[in-house]
Amino acid sequence: MNRREFLEVLAAAAAAGFALDARAALAEANADALYQLPRFGNVSLLHFTDCHAQLQPIYFREPSMNIGIGDAAGQPPHLVGEWLLKAFGIAPGTREAHAFTYLDFEAAARTYGKVGGFAHLATLVKRLRAERPNALLLDGGDTWQGSGVSLWTKGGDMIQACNALGVDVMTGHWEFTYGEKRVKEAVEKELGKIAFVAQNVKTQDFGDPVFKAYALRDLGGVPVAIIGQAFPYTPIAHPRHFVAEWTFGIQEEELQKVVQETRAKGAQVVVLLSHNGMDVDLKLASRVRGIDAIFGGHSHDGVPQPTVVKNAGGQTLVANSGSNAKFLSVLDLEVKGGKVAGYRYRLLPVFANLLPADAAMAQLVAGTRTPYAARLGEELAVTEGLLYRRGNFNGTFDQLICDAMMEAQGAEIAFSPGFRWGTTILPGQPITMEHVMDQTAITYPYATLNELTGAQIKEVLEDVADNLFNPDPYKQQGGDMVRVGGLAYTCVPTARMGSRIVDMHLGGKPLEPAKKYKVAGWAPVAEGASGEPIWDVVSRWLRDQKTVPPRKLNLPRLQGVEGNPGIA
Amino acid sequence: MDYTRRGLLRGAGTAGALVAAFATGALRPADVFAAWNKSAFDAKSTADAMKALNVAGAADSTDIVIRAPDIAENGAVVPIDITSNIPGTESISLFVDKNPFPYVGTFDVAKGAMPYVHVRVKIGESSNVRAVVAAAGKYYQAAKEVKVTIGGCGG
Repeated sequence: MNRREFLEVLAAAAAAGFALDARAALAEANADALYQLPRFGNVSLLHFTDCHAQLQPIYFREPSMNIGIGDAAGQPPHLVGEWLLKAFGIAPGTREAHAFTYLDFEAAARTYGKVGGFAHLATLVKRLRAERPNALLLDGGDTWQGSGVSLWTKGGDMIQACNALGVDVMTGHWEFTYGEKRVKEAVEKELGKIAFVAQNVKTQDFGDPVFKAYALRDLGGVPVAIIGQAFPYTPIAHPRHFVAEWTFGIQEEELQKVVQETRAKGAQVVVLLSHNGMDVDLKLASRVRGIDAIFGGHSHDGVPQPTVVKNAGGQTLVANSGSNAKFLSVLDLEVKGGKVAGYRYRLLPVFANLLPADAAMAQLVAGTRTPYAARLGEELAVTEGLLYRRGNFNGTFDQLICDAMMEAQGAEIAFSPGFRWGTTILPGQPITMEHVMDQTAITYPYATLNELTGAQIKEVLEDVADNLFNPDPYKQQGGDMVRVGGLAYTCVPTARMGSRIVDMHLGGKPLEPAKKYKVAGWAPVAEGASGEPIWDVVSRWLRDQKTVPPRKLNLPRLQGVEGNPGIA
Repeated sequence: MDYTRRGLLRGAGTAGALVAAFATGALRPADVFAAWNKSAFDAKSTADAMKALNVAGAADSTDIVIRAPDIAENGAVVPIDITSNIPGTESISLFVDKNPFPYVGTFDVAKGAMPYVHVRVKIGESSNVRAVVAAAGKYYQAAKEVKVTIGGCGG
């Protein structure tokens, strides 16, 4: 029975009054429509980013809070929920609405199933490549980190999978947290056909390039340049000693020179494969000339259509392709007379139920997991509530980590870093060791306990808030707000640094600037830091709980952003 | 400040020879730093330092290009490039407004030399770095903000 026949049977059954899940049946009917993209133009670029080593299908809830400040207010990517649907003309209650928003997440996730998974992504890539012989597959980085297996193989599992997937060009961010030596070793010996490009990574001493700035490829007679832009703030966001000999930064002027160089070498299409984050990409696109498209990552924004930015050289498309292998960007370009004359863009959600697993990739993924399968499979507890991370201020899984840290360490306050990666678990699902690793697998995982004064606590919160809400994107260092357990506070995102965090209370009493408080945390950036790995703290706590009731989310009171379309 | 001193020392001879000269008392620091403007280096605000250097009221100029990171990777050694496109540039002075002692130093530009300097300075907290250029008896200035953060929490 082929799919059409199956649907006819379903329709007949439904008409006959069988109790069928009409939504599921409809979903099947829409499946082919979702992935049928008529080819346009003569050159195509496929892009995924920030997969965070998620090789298997997962659930991933998009944020209900993604506030834009200043010029970014109300503009993509700072739209959530219904605001996003409205801006991009997506009908509520549909499969696509589920892919792009948090709306009705639990019910929709149960209807439409898991997303991503490299075996399913591989099927989609193969399908698109079969229709588009002149295509490149780009990986925006944050690929080698985010799971237990990737941590324990130092990215080895992901490098194998990306080679098998047929990635042509990549750049990096969390890759660098394995250290300079490991990155160089992988680039020189393991990446195979994958070109690792980063124009903005130089040596500290003489400013020599560490990686190739770009890759130039001929796509059916059209020369296409892919310039790499690694995460500019790698040595700041992570322990600097991992990349002690290297310097990063945005390096706009250098980038402009590289664009010129690729054009001089005949490139008719110039693309920036960026790990800047979308706000930085938007500003950069307004200032650097000659880039046709920026494929961005880092901020994990699944934006249905690119933003068109005008600049002195013409215009630049700025896209961002989400995270966790949940999406694949498809940009079809018509290149005529030596330049881009037109484009079609789609950000395709990867629904595991709609794309059969590619057998070879499924086997490869299973193989890399085998040595760790028993450890990862341990069921630590069952969650009664939805567990997720993404969002500006807190996520339920972060709350769980904060709760576990405060109990385990006897702390009054807990800080958990504002990472954007980490998968989602539905109510009733067991929390496995794999899930815990999905939230914590980093090379500096130490749990810490410090005594901080009230003044120091405010300073930390102000510093992180400025990295998120500074109106100049170039001064946003990245990441969401540090997750805070125990402490109540008010945040004024539109205020200046030093005035954003007010009204801090602990147990109903105002925080005293001179008094010391016990603060638990993890992921310290100081060199020589040590402590128990956070995954051990959390997994031990989970084993004790057995059943985890829904977490009470500690969110700050927000001021000055009422009606902001980045708030659900 | 360190860089200025080092530059002067290099100009005077090899560092080793100078250390020997200091040690024997043949050359006292005061001799090397004959033009040392104590009140400028001791000033606790850029405004006071500029006053001490007689450059207060320097006009804003877009012909001074400061290249510095938007966010410092390491506040202890922040690389800063200053280029002056003002004709007849005679010297370039550098200040870090929020440092306890903001005045970094002054670089004299010999006639015919490119008015370009590269320094690495310590920046204690987020601050403007400010360059003041002297040209044909007039003074010009430009500033760029460098953010210094405690780091961590990268997405």
